[in-house]
Amino acid sequence: MSLNGSLQISLFIATILLLAKPMGTYLTHVFEGRKTFLDPVAGPCARLLYRVTRIDPAHEMRWTEYAISMLVFSGVTALLTYGIERLQHFLPLNPQHLANVEPALALNTAISFTTNTNWQSYSPESTMSYLTQMLGLATHNFWSAAVGMALAVAFIRGIARRESKTLGNFWVDLTRGTLWVLLPLSIVFSLALVSQGVVQNFKAYDTATLVEAQKITGADGKPATVTTQTIAQGPVASQEAIKMLGTNGGGFFNANSAHPFENPTPVSNFLQMLSIFLLPAGLAVSLGQMVGSPKHGWAVLAAMVVLWFAGTLTCYWAESQPNPLLHNVDQHVSLTQSGGNMEGKEVRFGIANSALFATVTTDASCGAVNSMHDSFTPLGGMVPMVNILLGEVVFGGVGAGLYGMLVFVIMAVFIAGLMVGRTPEYLGKKIESYDVQMSMLYLLIFPFIILGFAAVTVLMPNLGLSSLANHGPHGLSEILYAYTSATGNNGSAFAGLNANTHWYNYSLTVAMFFGRFMMIIPMLAIAGNLARKKIVPASAGTFPVTTPLFTLLLTGVIVIVGALTFFPALTLGPILEHLLLHAGHTF
Amino acid sequence: MSSHANRRSLFDTKIVRRASIDALAKLSPRVMMKNPVMFVVEIGSILTTVLLISNFVTHSGHLSFNLQITLWLWFTVLFANFAEAMAEGRGKAQADALRLAKSETTAYLVVNGVVKEVPSSQLRVDNVVRVNAGQMIPGDGEVIEGVASVDESAITGESAPVIREAGGDRSAVTGGTRVLSDVITVRITSNPGETFLDRMIALVEGAERQKTPNEIALNILLAGLTIIFLFAVVALQPFAIYSGAPQTIFVLISLLVCLIPTTIGGLLSAIGIAGMDRLVQHNVLATSGRAVEAAGDVNTLLLDKTGTITIGNRQASEFVVAPGVTPEQLADAAQLSSLSDETPEGRSIVVLAKEKYNLRGRELVQLNAEFVPFSATTRMSGIEVDGRSIRKGAVDAITNYLREHKSQMPPEVLATVETISRAGGTPLIVTENGRALGVIHLKDVVKGGMKERFDQLRAMGIRTIMITGDNPLTAAAIAREAGVDDFLAEAKPKDKMDLIKREQADGKLVAMTGDGTNDAPALAQADVGVAMNSGTQAAKEAGNMVDLDSNPTKLIEIVAIGKQLLMTRGALTTFSISNDVAKYFAILPAMFAGVFPVLNALNIMHLHNAESAVLSAVIFNALIIVGLIPLALRGVGYRPMSAAALLRRNLLVYGAGGLIVPFIGIKFIDIIITALHLA
Repeated sequence: MSLNGSLQISLFIATILLLAKPMGTYLTHVFEGRKTFLDPVAGPCARLLYRVTRIDPAHEMRWTEYAISMLVFSGVTALLTYGIERLQHFLPLNPQHLANVEPALALNTAISFTTNTNWQSYSPESTMSYLTQMLGLATHNFWSAAVGMALAVAFIRGIARRESKTLGNFWVDLTRGTLWVLLPLSIVFSLALVSQGVVQNFKAYDTATLVEAQKITGADGKPATVTTQTIAQGPVASQEAIKMLGTNGGGFFNANSAHPFENPTPVSNFLQMLSIFLLPAGLAVSLGQMVGSPKHGWAVLAAMVVLWFAGTLTCYWAESQPNPLLHNVDQHVSLTQSGGNMEGKEVRFGIANSALFATVTTDASCGAVNSMHDSFTPLGGMVPMVNILLGEVVFGGVGAGLYGMLVFVIMAVFIAGLMVGRTPEYLGKKIESYDVQMSMLYLLIFPFIILGFAAVTVLMPNLGLSSLANHGPHGLSEILYAYTSATGNNGSAFAGLNANTHWYNYSLTVAMFFGRFMMIIPMLAIAGNLARKKIVPASAGTFPVTTPLFTLLLTGVIVIVGALTFFPALTLGPILEHLLLHAGHTF
Repeated sequence: MSSHANRRSLFDTKIVRRASIDALAKLSPRVMMKNPVMFVVEIGSILTTVLLISNFVTHSGHLSFNLQITLWLWFTVLFANFAEAMAEGRGKAQADALRLAKSETTAYLVVNGVVKEVPSSQLRVDNVVRVNAGQMIPGDGEVIEGVASVDESAITGESAPVIREAGGDRSAVTGGTRVLSDVITVRITSNPGETFLDRMIALVEGAERQKTPNEIALNILLAGLTIIFLFAVVALQPFAIYSGAPQTIFVLISLLVCLIPTTIGGLLSAIGIAGMDRLVQHNVLATSGRAVEAAGDVNTLLLDKTGTITIGNRQASEFVVAPGVTPEQLADAAQLSSLSDETPEGRSIVVLAKEKYNLRGRELVQLNAEFVPFSATTRMSGIEVDGRSIRKGAVDAITNYLREHKSQMPPEVLATVETISRAGGTPLIVTENGRALGVIHLKDVVKGGMKERFDQLRAMGIRTIMITGDNPLTAAAIAREAGVDDFLAEAKPKDKMDLIKREQADGKLVAMTGDGTNDAPALAQADVGVAMNSGTQAAKEAGNMVDLDSNPTKLIEIVAIGKQLLMTRGALTTFSISNDVAKYFAILPAMFAGVFPVLNALNIMHLHNAESAVLSAVIFNALIIVGLIPLALRGVGYRPMSAAALLRRNLLVYGAGGLIVPFIGIKFIDIIITALHLA
């Protein structure tokens, strides 16, 4: 670990904390329908949309109607994407004449982008046409993020409203989130990325002649000589912006944000990390503002920062450690070398920015990568996995992170709330059996899917284990990470696992689908139920949700409830691998 | 307080013996099913038992270890059952004492003026019975004729007799209590089997116990956590097989039982029963556990001024003289005028005169005096003695009286009257032969320590509102002196009701006490309505608690008991969940260090070997239930303080404690079983 690295990490979090309040205040204005400076532009667009689609923006929805609208919207757009993928060969903007996508992969990808997962079982530059990327995938980057924000706002309304049956209007929240927030931010951010050299064109792929011919082993197992390299092109910057802002993470290229056309400079890297946390941090501040307790928003944000810090520190530390198997080699940080574990990392980012990116992308449900998590040290690679296993509530996905966090808040309040001698209440709302029931359902689905699929997969040598590049505990980590990433709607890959098989494509599709929608429904049910309740006025006897102690409690509940469930699995995966590595074994 | 008689030692041998038997009876799956956490443990125990038998038959497996695991799993279930049975047992002991009072008695039924002897079990509602001195009142009822002193010690434990009389708010009598003097005629108000005593017995026995809303919610949480850990353990076996280190069912079930929240799962119902029991020990009966829970949540306390905040009646505190009058003159006149005044106020004037001016009480007969009693028309009382015509009364009455005597009230006296009123006192003016001598300051005396208690309540976020029939000026002064947050002056029953509804509309929970029939609607409306046992039947039916001591101040204790109940639940839940961390560090390395010795790095407790580690964790998990029974029954320590301070303290004790204690406990058990060569 170096001073330089630590300073960059500090600069990052300081910038986020600085941006959180203005961003949050703006979001509050947008979702409470107050005046904003974008009204003259976005207002007419929205009104036109409402007129064309015959939406009454004043109509208020109960949680059930809100949920059904969301499901219908997600279903229809997922089908659309599936259709485009399956027909891309006949559609325009396909200069490489890429074939139609086969059904299992098309379904996996459609669900993956609809659920804000952006798990990619394929290599985009050799699979998806420009039209598919723009119309089929990038649109979902906007929508799935807007849906997430809408859901988070609906949940906040559930807490803030008093004896109300409704949570707002899904279509209005979706529209305002897209037109007032995501679209303008993406435009600005795309331009910033273009300034750093991110490409934006519709050209066919370039071919470059290699300076030195490369001898490789061909697909048929025979040695071959390569003299040229294909350089993929495309409308990258426009997609890159929303990929990060919407915590989507699906790369335009297979190498994702490690690719120089996606993420060319340390500046673009910094901006990308910022844009992952920007909206989640803003939403936490919004939470405080909308429920009338700004301090509560900051207390929740503080818990996020604490967990982010723990992850970053662990990951950065682990990656900075010399590899114990190379004990004769100088692996210390110096002016001429970065030291530590540089395998799978880009030299232009180094260890600090790779560890930070890995932590940030998995804290949030982004899943973009600028280094290969598979090549991290066992403990360094465990950090991204644990981040997702905690439920991606550390900042978390746009919207999804906040509502996930709020379910943990309800848990924390319920478990510890009794200790102040009152039945548990959260911001004046009594937490009763229905709320606990739905929260438990929310919390149950997550380990059920991850552990269930992973357990079944490791028992199937042909379908499951044959895809593994590594065996032993590292192989277990690869499988566990895949289902964790899919269920958590993260989308980052540990790599080392060929997931483009029928078993993985379908099972991961199911994991992504349930990991998103089966968790949203109980969450909205809680919101609907909370909205109906009275608000007990706060007093000295009220459970405090604005203090450092609350932050500590919330952090503890997330770690204990999240980590305890997965601790046994992690013991046999990364922890065992770490211990074995130090005993001289690799996998 | 008189409740000491009902207090029992925590581990009364008779209760322990009965509880041990009940713990076995509760093993029936039909009973266990009500407690999902312990039901899972029971199923685990059955499973290991079956496997153990097959082990035994086929001579396979590690018999000694498997046997010990199986036994301790059964003990885990039994200990949880024992905790519940202990809590119930304490209630049952109380019920047995009450049953003694319920023995069959002879009733003297009055039918058309004729008295007939019938057994008390044949009495029905609206029967009229006569009860003489020395006889047992045969059933719950209302006195319709006569006054009697009644010994209610059978139900209250209070040996001092109470007065029961027809009409008014002291007319209710309870079956099983004894009339000590005089004769009363009682109209029976409940059928046999439905009497107050019957309900009390059912309540303390826990026969009608239903889970409270918060208990249900907590049970859902615990069931949810159990399912999550079930996933974690079930999924672990495939991972273990993949890693080449498959586990035995014994070890997997051990891990599961250690992880699921058995501590709180095993003690939850005991905590609830014990909470009710603590109320009973304070001589308060709650009709439901829900009411106890609500007591912990109360935001607003409505307290009647008289008897709760102030001691029963006003007392003379000072004589303030008019110009040209000596204090002795005033005291003498005041005392004379009050000699025959049997009201508490009158008596307090005599006492004050004696204390301050050493004036001894005199006999009216000797003085040849004529007492002028208080009347509604004159609104004065006084005395005619030796040509002295002494009167005392309120300002307006005396002003009129003086006007009739062509006299006037000196302005100094009026100023005194104003000062006293403003201070919350009641001025009484004394005149002699048409001349105002001065003012007696009657004062409401706030009970000792009330201000401190209200300060504590405020720290806990509870607002107290004083209810009084006084005018706002007086009420404000007493409110200030007593330190209540607010007051409702000139309160009529409807005002009380409106106040409750207003508070509830803001989402607050309201507690109040009451005894009169006109309190009944408000008692029913309040979230916690404590009826005084001395009150009317209507009041008792309307409230959800009855205070057998008829002590309105007890509302504050009831709130504390409610809070303590909830805190105990929360503390043990937190403790139970925190415990899991240490258990992981005991069991996981034990499971896999055989195949992967590097995992011994996780064995931070340095437990002796794999078997001793698993066994120690299971034993700790079972013993901690027993160890915490006293805490569950007694409740966690409770001092009034703000929620933030309570949370800080309890998180430190039960959260951090829950993390640390099992590390020490498991290590300790490991040392012992290693020394005994059990593993």
